[in-house]
Amino acid sequence: MLSPEERHEIEAEIAHYPDKRAVCIDAMKVVQKHRGWVSDEALGDVAEFLGMSVDELDSVATFYNLIFRKPVGRHVIMVCDSVSCWLMGYDRVRDHLTSRLGIQLGETTPDGRFTLLPIVCLGTCDHAPAMMVDNELHRDLDAEKIDSILEQYK
Amino acid sequence: MAKIWVDDKWYEVGADQSLLEACLELGFDLPYFCWHPALGSVGACRQCAVKQYRDEKDTRGRLVMSCMTPASEGARISIKDADAASFRAGVVEGLMQNHPHDCPVCDEGGECHLQDMTVMTGHNYRQTTYPKRTFRNQNLGPLINHEMNRCIQCYRCVRYYREYAGGRDLDAFASRNQVFFGRHQEGTLQNEFAGNLVEICPTGVFTDKTLKKHYTRKWDLQMAPSVCVHCGLGCNTTAAERYGSLRRILNRYNGHVNGYFLCDRGRFGYEFVRGEQRIKQTLARQDGKLKPLPKAKAIEQLGRVLPGNQKVIGIGSPRASLEANFALRTLVGPERFFSGMSDQGSHLVSLMEEILRQGPARTPSLSEIEISDAVLVLGEDVTNVAPRIALALRQSVRQQPMEFTDKLKIPRWLDHAVREAIQDVKGPLFIAAPSATRLDDAATATYRAAPDDLARLGFAIAHALDPQAPDVPDLAAGARSLAEQIAAALKSAKRPLVISGPSSSSAAVIEAAANVARGLAKAGQAVGLAFTMPEANSLGANLMGGGDLSAAFKAVEEGRADTVIILENDLYLKAPAAAVDRFLDAARHVIAIDYLSTPTVAKSELALPAGAFAESDGTLVSSEGRAQRFFQAYIPKDDIQQSWRWLIEMMRAAGRSEAESWSTLDDVIAALAQGISALAKITEAAPSAKFRKLGEKIARAPNRYSGRTSMLANINVSEPKPPDDPDSALAFSMEGYQEHPPPSLTPFFWAPGWNSIQSLNKFQSEIKGPLRGGDPGVRLIEPPETANGSFFSSVPKPFAARPEEWLLVPLYHIFGSEELSRQAPAVAELAPKPYLAVNSEDAAHLQVQAGDQIEVNLAGTAHRLPVAIHPDLPKGIAGFPAGVVSLEGTGLLAWSKLSRL
Ligand code: SF4
Ligand code: SF4
Ligand code: FES
Repeated sequence: MLSPEERHEIEAEIAHYPDKRAVCIDAMKVVQKHRGWVSDEALGDVAEFLGMSVDELDSVATFYNLIFRKPVGRHVIMVCDSVSCWLMGYDRVRDHLTSRLGIQLGETTPDGRFTLLPIVCLGTCDHAPAMMVDNELHRDLDAEKIDSILEQYK
Repeated sequence: MAKIWVDDKWYEVGADQSLLEACLELGFDLPYFCWHPALGSVGACRQCAVKQYRDEKDTRGRLVMSCMTPASEGARISIKDADAASFRAGVVEGLMQNHPHDCPVCDEGGECHLQDMTVMTGHNYRQTTYPKRTFRNQNLGPLINHEMNRCIQCYRCVRYYREYAGGRDLDAFASRNQVFFGRHQEGTLQNEFAGNLVEICPTGVFTDKTLKKHYTRKWDLQMAPSVCVHCGLGCNTTAAERYGSLRRILNRYNGHVNGYFLCDRGRFGYEFVRGEQRIKQTLARQDGKLKPLPKAKAIEQLGRVLPGNQKVIGIGSPRASLEANFALRTLVGPERFFSGMSDQGSHLVSLMEEILRQGPARTPSLSEIEISDAVLVLGEDVTNVAPRIALALRQSVRQQPMEFTDKLKIPRWLDHAVREAIQDVKGPLFIAAPSATRLDDAATATYRAAPDDLARLGFAIAHALDPQAPDVPDLAAGARSLAEQIAAALKSAKRPLVISGPSSSSAAVIEAAANVARGLAKAGQAVGLAFTMPEANSLGANLMGGGDLSAAFKAVEEGRADTVIILENDLYLKAPAAAVDRFLDAARHVIAIDYLSTPTVAKSELALPAGAFAESDGTLVSSEGRAQRFFQAYIPKDDIQQSWRWLIEMMRAAGRSEAESWSTLDDVIAALAQGISALAKITEAAPSAKFRKLGEKIARAPNRYSGRTSMLANINVSEPKPPDDPDSALAFSMEGYQEHPPPSLTPFFWAPGWNSIQSLNKFQSEIKGPLRGGDPGVRLIEPPETANGSFFSSVPKPFAARPEEWLLVPLYHIFGSEELSRQAPAVAELAPKPYLAVNSEDAAHLQVQAGDQIEVNLAGTAHRLPVAIHPDLPKGIAGFPAGVVSLEGTGLLAWSKLSRL
């Protein structure tokens, strides 16, 4: 069941469009904001709310890598593996992260603190290598810097 | 017409085509994937690239997608150009990177468009060394197999399923290299036309799961043109055999009838032919039980019963061929022949035939239904009764919106652009039926009411169209304004259509539909009037004539008859059980000819095993009034033979002279055409057995048919001579004419380099148009030029719910309501469980909830059924699943008390 708050936020989006299916991405973002991810159950609820079939909504959901269809940790680290970062040492950043956190890309730490995901281009090539944690951008990374960044997220 | 240049030669091509269509129509081998003639172009796969030149001076040219480029006047292209050719090879190479290369174990192998295109482009060796991506497959239910690794992301499946067929539970998931086509979760595909994915998917992702159980490659199948027997529409099919058993049904294109698509009942219902319920031996009653009896002995027995017997009557069948019915009619004499329809069924079918014959409205073909631009469906749930009509109506609602896209100068084949411009706008479609239908989502407005009220709506529409049509006094305001809305929509249409039929068991509904059509015709509109028919040959049986069942029962009751021959008919589905029992018990001799061991067969003294459709030749008349011939795919084993052959043997046993002059199908057809003028034209339905092409018969098996010489080696190492076929111009062999047989005799579609069903392009006179030589079938009913007759005038009284009784109304199910297909395991699995449906208000009144047991009392018999709540059923009506629960009895609607248990 969608919470009253979620419904309210989705309805606010619907007001902007002639067809409520148009807000399907926003609706899933609303759910994700509140729950961290979009479960099958939540997907069904949103689909019903928007008059879509679950298949239709899941088709949209799975197209976007930032709609999470599996549970994620409290903080999501997205490390850029695009060209500039790759040239500037993405490998080192990735290896440091995986060894520090003890997980591979696509995995979540056992304590549920971090999920590590690759991402293509964070739009900050002049400060490569870069990563994003939740909604914050971190640039010109090296091992030391990464360690202190991770400390900020509990 | 436009003049285009292909590789420096000019050609005339049709207007409004894409270059791809034009090239295919000209016979070029130009590869493609995402384009489909019924789905149009989206330019997704990039497989159809050609070089286009600005003018004769342009030597560089540029690559274009031929499916996205109009074949406009003066267009210059090259297919052979090296850049274009290597581009096309590169596209296949890309698509094949992740393909499992598992053709030897793939059900599509040997009739795979991907194989054909790969060979055509010359991509022979895989150079990629990366690991291939793999997917987990889904169980999509009993009809369709899923093997996602073979996908080439052409998007045809979702375009067909969602946009063409209106399904909503199949989609594309994820992105990039991971795109997955399937359902959100495993489970049976819900759309009634899902089976067409088998032919839509150019590779082996979606394949026929029923075929998998008894798999045979296309090249090893012996095939014959057939006609679907699972409803009255007469979709054309290909029936395919190996080792004496029916393996599968495939769509057989007929530009006027089914086009590219079948419904799932028609595609998967065939397994009844292979089923346990088949009678294979001649059976005779011995010590109270039916036991096998050698065929010769059975004939002897007939010889004792029939000669000189003045008390023989014959009961024909609306599911048997004209030929079988006619042979029976000849054996017993026209006045002792009964059509085998229920009383009410026969009454309604006669009424519909009369209306069609009188005109002024003409009965449209399925392809005409598809291009109707305003439609009224009165009293039918077409998806569940005559399913292929529903698929046609889903296209009809695009007709008016496409007039808008025409104005925008978007060619109709540019599918994505057209759909973007149209969005969700739909043309007028009105559905009036007792309960919700599966087509309601496409409807402009729906109306739920009891049969009498449906008729009243129809009469009111007719009156709104033409004041001379009788009015409906005291019509509720809501219905009145709906009637006016519908009348206005039909009136302003170019090709309005009215669809009705016998499903609500109501003559008034049919008459009301006829009035609407008459009202439109009188105003000068080219209106179509389509009736569904209860069975595959209902209209044919009616054209043949013969009394109804009560008359047959009476003949025995009054002692005028004591010997009954029943042809392919289970009387228990046509009359109340008690009456049938009385009839069969009173008759001294009951001889049944059938393929299934029905309750009627169980009561007979002699049961003769008949060939089912794939084992028989004959003619069926569809609800359009189109006579269509079907042919044996194989000669059945054991004692099984075609019904009309059994009847010829009976004639011989009875000492009848016809037996001497009738030995082949053509003999029966000739006598039939001569004897019954309404059916005289059936001789034109297909060439006779004498037909030869280049001096040869048409081969039923493809050139590559294998194992011919060793199939029977366990019995005899010498290869036996293929069996003769005296009844058709087809040969039970791969030897014979293969290339372009006449359409009604085309056993399979195949062309060099085109092993898949896509070879069809080579058989059409224009893409998506008629088959070369004309679409099969001959129309028997055309309305006269000048209309005669007048409006029907008996408007029924409004339906009045009774305080403690409910009107029992049959609700139809594509899976379960039809007698033959429900014996097919895959179809049976999808059939609903028995139920009795009422609306919520009535349920509350009865103090029942969904699942509670309720008792129906009908003609002294009590039936216990679990309650289902259908919120949209009108008050006072109880619905039951037709065929799954047999409350039909007389075919008339009955009232019953309902009691909670
Ligand atoms: S499943 Fe078949 S039809 Fe669908 S995209 Fe893949 S190859 Fe095309
Ligand atoms: S619509 Fe009727 S005739 Fe056509 S395939 Fe389905 S059951 Fe057969
Ligand atoms: S057929 Fe032209 S792009 Fe697919």
